[in-house]
Amino acid sequence: MRSSQHLCIAALAAALMAFTSGSALAQKRYDTGASDTEIKVGNIMPYSGPASAYGVIGKTQEAYFNKINAEGGINGRKIKFISYDDGYSPPKAVEQVRKLVESDEVLVVFNPLGTPSNTAIQKYLNGKKVPQLFVATGATKWNDPKNFPWTMGWQPSYQSEAHIYAKYLIKEKPDGKIAILYQNDDFGKDYLKGLKDGLGPKDSMIIAEESYETSEPSIDNHIVKLKASSADVFISITTPKFAAQAIKKLAEIDWHPVHIVSNVSASVGGVIKPAGFENAQGILSAAYAKDGADPQWDNDPGMKRFFEFLAKYYPDGNRLDGSTVYGYGVAQTLVKVLQMCGDDLTRANVMKQAASLKDFEPDTLLPGIKINTSPTDFAPIEQLQMMRFKGEKWDLFGDIMSGDLSN
Amino acid sequence: MSAVEEVVTEHPAVEAVPKRAMTLGYGTSLVVLALLVITPMFVKNFIIFQMTMLLIYGTAVLALNILTGGSGQFSLGQSAFYAIGAYTSAILMEQYNVNYALTLPIAGILCFAAGFLFGQPALRLSGVYLALATFALATAMPQLLKLGFFEKWTGGVQGLVVTKPDAPFGLPMSQDMWLYYFTLVITIAIYIFSVNLLRSRSGRAFMAIRDNEIAASAMGIDVALYKTLAFGVSAGITGVAGGLGAIAVQFVAPDSYTITLAISLFLGMVVGGVGWLPGSIVGAAFIIFVPNIAEGVSKGLSGAVFGVLLFLVIFLVPHGARQVALVGQQLASKFRKN
Repeated sequence: MRSSQHLCIAALAAALMAFTSGSALAQKRYDTGASDTEIKVGNIMPYSGPASAYGVIGKTQEAYFNKINAEGGINGRKIKFISYDDGYSPPKAVEQVRKLVESDEVLVVFNPLGTPSNTAIQKYLNGKKVPQLFVATGATKWNDPKNFPWTMGWQPSYQSEAHIYAKYLIKEKPDGKIAILYQNDDFGKDYLKGLKDGLGPKDSMIIAEESYETSEPSIDNHIVKLKASSADVFISITTPKFAAQAIKKLAEIDWHPVHIVSNVSASVGGVIKPAGFENAQGILSAAYAKDGADPQWDNDPGMKRFFEFLAKYYPDGNRLDGSTVYGYGVAQTLVKVLQMCGDDLTRANVMKQAASLKDFEPDTLLPGIKINTSPTDFAPIEQLQMMRFKGEKWDLFGDIMSGDLSN
Repeated sequence: MSAVEEVVTEHPAVEAVPKRAMTLGYGTSLVVLALLVITPMFVKNFIIFQMTMLLIYGTAVLALNILTGGSGQFSLGQSAFYAIGAYTSAILMEQYNVNYALTLPIAGILCFAAGFLFGQPALRLSGVYLALATFALATAMPQLLKLGFFEKWTGGVQGLVVTKPDAPFGLPMSQDMWLYYFTLVITIAIYIFSVNLLRSRSGRAFMAIRDNEIAASAMGIDVALYKTLAFGVSAGITGVAGGLGAIAVQFVAPDSYTITLAISLFLGMVVGGVGWLPGSIVGAAFIIFVPNIAEGVSKGLSGAVFGVLLFLVIFLVPHGARQVALVGQQLASKFRKN
């Protein structure tokens, strides 16, 4: 009798222990902005002002989160996406981000757009220990986990892209003479540094550099000067308007070097077409995302999912606009990170999971390009593929290349 | 008709505002002041930050009000002076480790000089032509800040990150609250200075020039001197506001000080009531909060909604907040009589 009672108590105690330890394992942990039913994601975008064309990114993301919510959310939690307009103005960005963090109490600030706006909010968010996740700018400085452990980029940095051109040139044109035209701002300078680092000991290949200001009406005289340097490689680190001018001018003065255009200006509709298809044959560039305008992806399963999403959740979205492709890819990456967080939705865990992505492939990235991060590597996409313009579209060629200089 | 006659018969650019109508009564002033002092103790840090920005933009609008409402000159170039003030503070704080409070008078003096000098050639221009000349200044400024020559100090396109000051003497308040009260004290000082300036001899000279330049010069007013002086004072105050703005936002970059800012300030002045100094804070509230309201109504059409709201304000109360205040005052006195 006695012993059976003991046994009973022991069994009960064991059961109780098992139960409590089990619940400890599955314990839910939340920071501000997350709960059993909801995850609040904040964002700022230039819906108005000089960069308002990028506002499409925010709208695409909102539509994508609507899709995720309609399909049941993330581990049963709905995403509440709060996106504000900063008009591409840093003081407004600070105001709106503070509103997101202190008034709306979001868990993360996701994909804020623009180098100036992100620079303005970086110190604040890191001080508050709020993730500034997958920022929408190509500057290299976002990959700095040591000083800014709460900030992470997403797309390949300008320097990564420049490294790839350098690698290509060293391999394909080892005794080339390079002339560079670059825009005199953070974009141009980041790129130029990437090229020089990429060429390394061979940076003497660069025989001429010219910079231009965005305020200049025409860059013709720079091109003429660069031609006079007798270079046989021309790298155009330019924004769309100037890239188109350069392509035209080169044809006009009958200069036919190996012509590389930065990914920023690789748009067929925005650059190549206005410059004339006949002038653009053979131009080189690099890409990391699939192009919605390119028919070769019409039967690609990933792009099919993207087109279905556009049709159902964002019918106003234009598949030819690179911004919808971009917004979809980066939103998908966030959803992946939040899924990996499971029931531990603390800000620290969000950063930890974002820093442990392994071979993740969003639908819209080129086949073979994978997102990899680690606690010391906060640059999710570092690979691109070279492409050559032929006929009326880009042809991808060669292997997927990494912008990482060590391999 | 000779040119002189033409000038004389021409309508003054700005409607004359009697000097006493430029300020608030003592009672109202005290109520507003009490509200400004007490509110921050009960609200979140974010609201305090917005109130700080309200005071800063209010000061900048006030500066424009002295120039336009006081001396009758237009300026679309206030963003340039705001930028000079902001960069002066930021550079002194970050590159030379100067105390933030000391950077403000330096920013003010520098902007006063810049405004005074710019006022010299601008003297030959009036009305819309002056507005265009200052417009040129505002469009040039962001590009000047990007110039490679200045990059060593300005940080070029990347801008400069500014460290926010802590409350001194171990005061138990947050950085935001301290900065708010710091800004409040400076704003009140500038407000009192401005009211007294407009009531002084110089202020009367400004207004005489505004109402009729030829009559003013006939009375022995040195028109050239007072016009440039008005420019200088306005620029100086704008510079102090810019410096405070840089500290509050913790970041300066060329893109922060585009022509949009100058137009916003101009808008704030008109909405607040040209020549009515207390209206500056109402105007500042308009340019800070109405875009947010517009965005809340429709994200895609925020600009259009803002336009409609602005149109309604200008259509219904063309003299801005001053008109509303006057109507309120009349109602109050009627109420008292009954």
